[in-house]
Amino acid sequence: MEKQYETVIGLEVHVELATKTKIFCGCSTAFGGAPNTHTCPVCTGMPGTLPVLNGQVLEYAVAVGLATNCSITRYCKFDRKNYFYPDNPQNYQISQLYLPICRNGHVDIETEGGVKSIGIHEIHMEEDAGKLIHDEWEDVSLVDYNRSGVPLIEIVSEPDMRNAQEVIAYLEKLRMTIQYLGASDCKLNEGSMRADVNLSVREVGSTELGTRTEMKNLNSFRAITRAITGERERQIELLERGESVVQETRRWDDAREVSYAMRSKEDAQDYRYFPDPDLVPIQLDDAFIERVRAGQPEFREEKMERYRREFDIPDYDTRIITGSKHMADLFEATVELCHQPKKVSNWLMGETLRLLKEREMDPEDIRFTPAHFAKLIDLTERKVINTTVAKEVFEEMFDRDVDPEGYVEDKGLKMVGDGNALRKTVEEVIAANPQSVADYRGGKEKAIGFLVGQTMKAMKGKADPASVNQLLKELL
Amino acid sequence: MTDKEITGGVAREILAYTAVELGKAIHEGKVTAVEAMEAVFKQIERKEAEIHAYVTIDKDTALQKAAQIQKRIEAGELQGSLAGVPVAIKDNLCTEGMRTTCSSRILENFVPTFSAEAVSRLEEAGAVIVGKTNMDEFAMGSTTETSAFGVTKNPWNTAHVPGGSSGGSAAAVAAEECFFALGSDTGGSIRQPAAYCGVVGMKPTYGTVSRYGLVAYGSSLDQIGPLAKDVTDCATVLEIIAAHDAKDSTSMKREDVDFTSALVEDVKGLRIGIPRDYFGEGLDTEVKSAVLAAAKVLEQAGAVVEEFDLSLVEYAIPTYYTIAAAEASSNLERFDGIKYGYRTADFNGLHDMYKKTRSEGFGAEVKRRIMLGSFVLSSGYYDAYYLKALRVKALIKQAFDAAFARYDVILGPVAPTTAPGLGESLADPLKMYLGDIYTISANLAGLPGISLPCGKDGRGLPIGLQLLGDCFQEKKLIQCAYTYEKKRGPFGLSV
Repeated sequence: MEKQYETVIGLEVHVELATKTKIFCGCSTAFGGAPNTHTCPVCTGMPGTLPVLNGQVLEYAVAVGLATNCSITRYCKFDRKNYFYPDNPQNYQISQLYLPICRNGHVDIETEGGVKSIGIHEIHMEEDAGKLIHDEWEDVSLVDYNRSGVPLIEIVSEPDMRNAQEVIAYLEKLRMTIQYLGASDCKLNEGSMRADVNLSVREVGSTELGTRTEMKNLNSFRAITRAITGERERQIELLERGESVVQETRRWDDAREVSYAMRSKEDAQDYRYFPDPDLVPIQLDDAFIERVRAGQPEFREEKMERYRREFDIPDYDTRIITGSKHMADLFEATVELCHQPKKVSNWLMGETLRLLKEREMDPEDIRFTPAHFAKLIDLTERKVINTTVAKEVFEEMFDRDVDPEGYVEDKGLKMVGDGNALRKTVEEVIAANPQSVADYRGGKEKAIGFLVGQTMKAMKGKADPASVNQLLKELL
Repeated sequence: MTDKEITGGVAREILAYTAVELGKAIHEGKVTAVEAMEAVFKQIERKEAEIHAYVTIDKDTALQKAAQIQKRIEAGELQGSLAGVPVAIKDNLCTEGMRTTCSSRILENFVPTFSAEAVSRLEEAGAVIVGKTNMDEFAMGSTTETSAFGVTKNPWNTAHVPGGSSGGSAAAVAAEECFFALGSDTGGSIRQPAAYCGVVGMKPTYGTVSRYGLVAYGSSLDQIGPLAKDVTDCATVLEIIAAHDAKDSTSMKREDVDFTSALVEDVKGLRIGIPRDYFGEGLDTEVKSAVLAAAKVLEQAGAVVEEFDLSLVEYAIPTYYTIAAAEASSNLERFDGIKYGYRTADFNGLHDMYKKTRSEGFGAEVKRRIMLGSFVLSSGYYDAYYLKALRVKALIKQAFDAAFARYDVILGPVAPTTAPGLGESLADPLKMYLGDIYTISANLAGLPGISLPCGKDGRGLPIGLQLLGDCFQEKKLIQCAYTYEKKRGPFGLSV
């Protein structure tokens, strides 16, 4: 009988924290500045410089730890991880090995297989490295230290996951939790969330762990899923051939759907970790931890529960809306202003999702304000504009956050409420389209649609189609 | 005033001032900051070729700055006691726009974009930088002979070393090539050269002076401090450079930094402990009798002097060389030829560049300590060496805590001998390491210590007296040292 294999997966997830300044100096963490413009003597490793911890990093790390049920280390330290590479200006990275800030946590995930708890071994704080740019033409490498010193947390899971579905659910759960905390935007494609997959296989029933590999360069959930499938198959094939898995770091090439060995355990470096003598140990008291705990937001599950109680909207809508903290905030603030949860939800499910997809944007990128959104809903409710116009105004608001009221006014998009003007136009349309009139009168109900369309066209879209329809019937 | 107008006599008169006396004379209009600086350069012309205290001297800038300071003093903008006084800075303290080499080939052309906090504080107080002083490469050494830029000679006898690693600073003060200097002390690097050169040197409590801008050797042990002509100058300089600095996480907030208030001649009732462990085998008899004579002087002045057993003294050296080397091996990783400093001319790929740059850029002693430090931190040895050293360090601190429960001040020698002859120490590094036995405990325990001259040996070389205090008890040390200095009378300078 063919052997049955089980996949065992643990993740190392790096999350870039949303602080304004770097972890050990006052430089900006903003993305995309010209090379080496967000730098200072500290984050470029100049002789004589010293690191000073950004307190916000500590707060975010503790907040993530509390949200993932970790115990918080009351006396923690930073350690130096020594290795030579030009992206690392000091040739050591300040990280945590011996006393990480958080330990022994877990999060619950839900998949087709039901609810499962995934253990979190530890969370530690560290600094990001700079970026090397290899110029093939000039045959030189250049280094940009803008990212050097950007704060990261690394969340190390236990090897508790068994398939790609669980991995994605775990990552989604982390992302959602961290986004809700405002600790990071967690974008895989931009690198503010990065996951390395540790994977091994073993025969079903075995309790021993197999030899694992670590997969890097996974920039999307799809890439992660494919890499897991690919690595599982690769390892099983090796074992079936009677060979053994080599403990090594591999790089995933998503375009070609294959991985390459980067370095094996044999040439693993000795990082010579030791406590950084430039940073004093961090002692956290109850007051600090309680303050962070008190600042924890309503997380997604609680929010969904409340929406079900408070708002009469479909469960599907609730899931989508709460799937983004930003969208949920927008929803709640808009409902607060216009008291129309169903309408607000409809706009989010319809036009908003459509435009996000069209513009290739994330819900976090929505820029229009609840005030404008509420005004738009109010304009349609009061029948100041019709649905077609409303969609046009919404798109303007989505792209440029225009004030719908002012925009409708400026562009003259209000429905013509004046009965005489509308009646006059309808009469003109009837006079100009004898064939359609005849068709309608002859029993072709559909013909009225053409006449409505002609009237709307003559009114430049500023009429209420329902009123036009009614008036036509009346006059015919 | 031009060079010609300063007669040897006037220059001589200026150079004889202590830093505080000079500051006073400048405020009183007897001397200008420019005249003081010119006197220093006259002395440098006379002595520097022989002594080689400096790595870098920028005469034009120094004279220009002295002129600016003089104007500000005359305008009443600078009231401080060191305004207009020429100072020498050890070359491991960053000076904006002025080369900072750590006496290493690898930083030969490195010009910092900022000044060390201690240097900035002195400059804000109106002190004017003469130049950067020679040192053991990256402060690793006890003789200033490991400098990549030549040996500094002891002004008292140029066949002897000035001590180290702040040997250039000590020699510059002793040879009157400046009025005071800054040094750094990781295992005795201020106190020992001060003793060898017959000047006063002080290492404050760890965390008292910001390390920002000090090129790190052993980060948990390094402290910046003054080298000066007398205890008064020492206290005055320390008062200016001691301050909490948000840029240094290990910097302390202290209220009691009014060190000059302790310049009081009174040791009545002061409890002084003499550790028997500091007077055993290896201590030169002339040094021993001079130090014990100094204790007698203090006893006669009213101090209560008593011998005791400190214990653990023999563990201090291995503990120190484990911790300092471990930290150094990591601190010196940034010197890689990528961003600044020396880069090898020919290389084949990144790793070859690293290897050649560091092989060619660092001297033998630095390489020895990097290798030692890398070894004690390496996987499998970390617990046995580094962690054990940290535990011994904690025990040494406990031994001092017990001692300071009974004594205000611990008195002993600075070094087992007076200044060795040139070349003697390099031949046997282990012997050189053993010379640090009396000074390194203060660094391991974070304690303040002061070194001041208490006699001369048969060859006329100065002998140093060391006073150690409990953490934050600099004032007791200063008062004790000041009292001894008054009782001792003028020690004289080498010139």
